[in-house]
Amino acid sequence: MKNKNNINSKYSKFGYIFCIPFVVVFLIFSLYPIFYTAAVGFTDLKGLGNTTMHFLKDDPFANFKNVLSNGTFRVSFTNTIKIWVCNFIPQILIALLITSWFTDKRSKIQGEGFFKVIFYMPNIITAATVAILFAAFFGYPMGPMNDLAVKFGFVDQPYEFMRSKSIAQGVVVFIQTWMWYGYTSINIIAGVNGISPEIFESAEVDGANRTQTFFKITLPNIKTVMLFILVTSLIGGLNMFDIPALLVNNSGPDNATKTTSVFIYDQAFSGSYLYNRAGAASMMMFVLIVILSAILFYLLRDKDEAQLRKLVKKQEKMRLAEAKAEALLNGKGV
Amino acid sequence: MLDNKETKIIKIFIYFICIILAALSIVPFWIMFVNATRSTTQIQQHAVSFIPSTHLLKNYAIFTGKSFNALTGFKNSVIISTCATLLGTYFSTLTAYAVVVYDWKLRKPFFSFVMAVMMIPAQVTMIGFYQMVYRIGMTNHLIMLIVPALANPSMVFFMRQYMIPSLPIEIVQAARIDGAKEFYTFNKIALPIMKPAIATQAIFSFVSSWNNLFTPLVLLTDAKKYTMPIMVSLLKGDIYRTEFGAVYLGLSLTVLPLIVVYLFLAKYIVAGVALGSVKG
Repeated sequence: MKNKNNINSKYSKFGYIFCIPFVVVFLIFSLYPIFYTAAVGFTDLKGLGNTTMHFLKDDPFANFKNVLSNGTFRVSFTNTIKIWVCNFIPQILIALLITSWFTDKRSKIQGEGFFKVIFYMPNIITAATVAILFAAFFGYPMGPMNDLAVKFGFVDQPYEFMRSKSIAQGVVVFIQTWMWYGYTSINIIAGVNGISPEIFESAEVDGANRTQTFFKITLPNIKTVMLFILVTSLIGGLNMFDIPALLVNNSGPDNATKTTSVFIYDQAFSGSYLYNRAGAASMMMFVLIVILSAILFYLLRDKDEAQLRKLVKKQEKMRLAEAKAEALLNGKGV
Repeated sequence: MLDNKETKIIKIFIYFICIILAALSIVPFWIMFVNATRSTTQIQQHAVSFIPSTHLLKNYAIFTGKSFNALTGFKNSVIISTCATLLGTYFSTLTAYAVVVYDWKLRKPFFSFVMAVMMIPAQVTMIGFYQMVYRIGMTNHLIMLIVPALANPSMVFFMRQYMIPSLPIEIVQAARIDGAKEFYTFNKIALPIMKPAIATQAIFSFVSSWNNLFTPLVLLTDAKKYTMPIMVSLLKGDIYRTEFGAVYLGLSLTVLPLIVVYLFLAKYIVAGVALGSVKG
């Protein structure tokens, strides 16, 4: 035992050495900016090229209050949540439907691999490109959508789609769903394929039909994957930037497609360069995301390891109790 | 018999929906590629066409005749994505190796920390990052988009998950007995074993770096340093207002390399997608 420890300590310094590059870069480029952003939120830092900042003395939370009472921020936050909810629900429904089809052993679908590849494809395409492409599709007065709408008689003359608040938001929702349902499907399918086939077999023997099998067996067994999808999608949704920023100019009518990320970008890198307010808004989003990743961290923790530790503790307790009982008995015996 | 018929109808329905979804994935890009070969007048008459035309070279002349050079954007994006991917995969594997192979005091707290920070997106700390880079006068330097990729917590997490079952400690010990230095063992023995994981992560790292718009948009103001996504965002500007063919061509040029690479590696990419959420 002692010998082994010696060997380990001889090499353990390499554990530290090999982590140095990661730790150094992480400290400089991730951790330091987090604290810097937080600090900026409490200062008067604004103006292009300005780097001198003074902490606010009268009311340290002035920027935070300002952001929270800012109408545009509220609108952008509502938009972010609304767009995320509206894209997540159809996305997860389509993904579940595809999963139930692709994992049903009774009706083998040909070309499952091909469909997966095609469904996932929009996800790898540059989001900026997708946004501009859809902007061109919904172009006014000439664009493929207007071309089709006029041809099939939905409208008499070209319609300026992006002037409508709900259409602008709807297109963002559609693009997000379209880009991500493939990713979600592949993950859920993998989750279902990880379930032991014996469970399905016994369900079939018991005479469960398709629907029963899906709701009673499949769904409860992919809880972890579903939660993973939910949390990662929510974090991604809270940071949505490329599509809403590029689809319509100036965030559309009434800031229809302005998300919090677009708000932060606009505050900090245009107009009067209000770094302090952007910093405060960033920090609020940061806290929200930290809470969400804490949930994910809890979900992904090594369950086996935690169980093992519990077991060891339990055994120790039992041993202690036994020893105590023995001592007690011995005492009584004497 | 009845049951069989029902199954058949369900199957037809399933194929029908799947084909519609597949068409939704393909048609937008098909229209884009076709319109890249059509003249602006043709597009104005009928914006939807599935048959290519003959104006590709003319569109290219218009596209490159404007104030910016797409080739520069392409070159910058290749430099950034390649370097970021190499740094990220190599050092993530090294960090995972430190966590898996060595027994050191802070190993567990360190890994817990990696897991805790792995979901934090760079975007929410951009204000501080920008201020820091601006202070040291490094905006408009591509290196500021490359070096941060070295510390990628989620990649470290993934590499560790893959390394635990595939790199038995006995191999490392055998190498030690043969007199191999620790760093040598990592490079010559651990890296080759990790190849499949590295390949998967390299693809995703490259694609996300290639597609990143936010960070370059904040840091780069010099047109010579623009990346592909910034170039794309310029296509919406005034100079291309009436040049539909050229806009579609510009978009096609950014998509084409991605689609070609994707179709070659699709099998590995789709297999890799699921590894993030399903353990072991």
